[in-house]
Amino acid sequence: MSTALDSIVNQPYRAGFKTDIESDTVDKGLSEDVVRIISKKKNEPEWMLDFRLKAYRHWLTMKEPEWPNVKYPKIDYQDIIYYAAPKPKATKKSMDEVDPELLKTFDKLGVPLHERAALAGVAVDVVFDSVSVTTTYKEKLAEQGIIFCSFSEAVKDHPDLVKKYLGSVVPHTDNFYAALNSAVFTDGSFCFIPKGVKCPMDLSTYFRINTQDSGQFERTLIVAEEDSQVSYLEGCTAPQFDTNQLHAAVVELVALDRADIKYSTVQNWYAGDENGVGGIFNFVTKRGLCKGEKSKISWTQVETGSAVTWKYPSCILLGDNSIGEFYSVALTNHLQQADTGTKMVHIGKNTRSRIISKGISAGRSNNSYRGLVKVSPKAENARNYSQCDSMLIGQVCGAHTFPYLEVDNKSAIVEHEASTSKIGEEQLFYFASRGIDPEEAVSMIINGFVRDVFMHLPMEFAVEATKLLGLKLEGSVG
Amino acid sequence: MSSENKIILEASGLKAEINGAPILKGLDLCVRAGEIHAIMGKNGSGKSTFSKVVAGHPSYAVTGGKLEFFGEDLNELAPEERSKKGIFLGFQYPIEIPGVTNGAFLRLAFNSIQAARGGDELDPLEFDDFIREKLKLLKMDAGFLDRSLNEGFSGGEKKRNEILQMAILEPKLSILDETDSGLDIDALRIVANGVNSIHGDDDAIVLVTHYQRLLNYIEPDFIHVMEGGKIIKTGTKELALELESKGYDWVVDEYKAKAA
Repeated sequence: MSTALDSIVNQPYRAGFKTDIESDTVDKGLSEDVVRIISKKKNEPEWMLDFRLKAYRHWLTMKEPEWPNVKYPKIDYQDIIYYAAPKPKATKKSMDEVDPELLKTFDKLGVPLHERAALAGVAVDVVFDSVSVTTTYKEKLAEQGIIFCSFSEAVKDHPDLVKKYLGSVVPHTDNFYAALNSAVFTDGSFCFIPKGVKCPMDLSTYFRINTQDSGQFERTLIVAEEDSQVSYLEGCTAPQFDTNQLHAAVVELVALDRADIKYSTVQNWYAGDENGVGGIFNFVTKRGLCKGEKSKISWTQVETGSAVTWKYPSCILLGDNSIGEFYSVALTNHLQQADTGTKMVHIGKNTRSRIISKGISAGRSNNSYRGLVKVSPKAENARNYSQCDSMLIGQVCGAHTFPYLEVDNKSAIVEHEASTSKIGEEQLFYFASRGIDPEEAVSMIINGFVRDVFMHLPMEFAVEATKLLGLKLEGSVG
Repeated sequence: MSSENKIILEASGLKAEINGAPILKGLDLCVRAGEIHAIMGKNGSGKSTFSKVVAGHPSYAVTGGKLEFFGEDLNELAPEERSKKGIFLGFQYPIEIPGVTNGAFLRLAFNSIQAARGGDELDPLEFDDFIREKLKLLKMDAGFLDRSLNEGFSGGEKKRNEILQMAILEPKLSILDETDSGLDIDALRIVANGVNSIHGDDDAIVLVTHYQRLLNYIEPDFIHVMEGGKIIKTGTKELALELESKGYDWVVDEYKAKAA
């Protein structure tokens, strides 16, 4: 039976291929000059360069965090390429102008861009390595005053908005990786929903790391003005490489009065092989600011990739009656390590937060939930509910839960529930004795386990995520 | 029961071990269509091991003897294949699976078995009609279907749920491992009625139990006493009453005397 389990969870990575596109890269290494070159290559204004340089200088004074429950070889930050972009062939107006190689890549991943966008009504801002290649539906969104574009375009076309909100949720001093990102980020997405507008479609970005040895530094900024609403989807997958790749993204969300932002991620980056060789290091800072009253930010993530994941999508509940939510499924296999969770910081009155975390550990992997619930002195009647469930597949994987509670207001109600279950011989035997083979049993148990989280994903994404978990855990039994 | 009836399960000289420790040490048993057998015995006599060995639990290794189901050697068959051929094990401790609804599990089990028999698989709506009839049999309400599989079920509910599975899978051989433990008298009656109404001329039932109580409701054709991994005495239902009043030691003594 344990061999059946093994073959189920030890599926090779299926999105492992590399697209041959000429890259325009800057030499390895990081210095003030490299920061200036990046800024210059992107034709950035002076204020943007200043932001980068301030961040770079601060980064030099910082130390890499060592508190996460993960182990990895020391990263040589001088051995990383900080800028790689597909060579521009002039600006593209339609899909026909997009590099056919690139389109093929998306096809292999099962992301038929135009079809998908048209059929599903999803606007896709495609980030290939670090530069946006095409943005669809932009004009349709523009009719409602919605801005959805690459970060570079936003810097060029909407400098006031970017200047106002960039770094307002995750300042460049926040942490080691956020500082690094602020110095060298090459591109990302920018999204602005004006007052009273409900975004008519889910906004979607597909990220893909392509150039070997190139660090990936995305920057995403989403601003939802008063009474607006937006659902944003982020999906990732990467080709198979032997050397580790660093990814240090920053995502900032700002919700003003009564605004509602839903941010969903399905992440499937190369996790290294079954011996832990290669794979992406994913050190991401994601934070949402519920700035206005009755605003709401909801994070939903499905983490299946990366060799090492360090990620805590968080909510600062500043506005009175604001709501923060975090729904997470993190799957680790082989030698993958994940230290992920959230922070809910209650500052305003009557703020509410809800955390549902589901960790699945297989192989020899290690999966940690780390979550902070902080209720500050003025946060009257704050409420939090946290539920952390772990699922173990096999004998040699690990699941850990690190809940932190800091409650400085007596009116707060904070609840925490945790459970651990496993898929082992006894569970599979029970299913088998009812005629259900191990593969179907595992899939049914896993789908049941993640149901509370998947119901919060947009329908189409949920289907994709279910397939992804299946892909990660299916296999021939024999 | 007529000895003309078809043999469903035959074990002879069956030996099995777990982690190198021998548990079954030469067990003989023949179960024919239409029969109900009860295996009784002290704790640790090997009753539950025998149930699991027949169902194909991967922790147990058969090290000798014969184990056949309708004349086919069971040894090479995975547990799900045995189930598809018509072997059912009612668990002493049914496994709890959070998040998987009972209804979805029952349908998957039903359809797996149907597919193996070449029968029609049912979609969720058809299955709903089908299962509601079966629920009545065990006096369970439809709310059962929406709950997570065995999670938070009382002892009685878990056992009823096992018999519900037996009812929908229509096995040829049902081994019910201490199905009576943890049941109050009402639940015992419901479970027993369920088993009796499922049982017919084409299938057989093996009850594994400590107590005679269950046998007031499900009447066995044969009673076997198990000790040291073997069946050391076989009798009719009167034997159960005798065991209830006199305990097991006299049977063991009798067996030892015979052997010596």
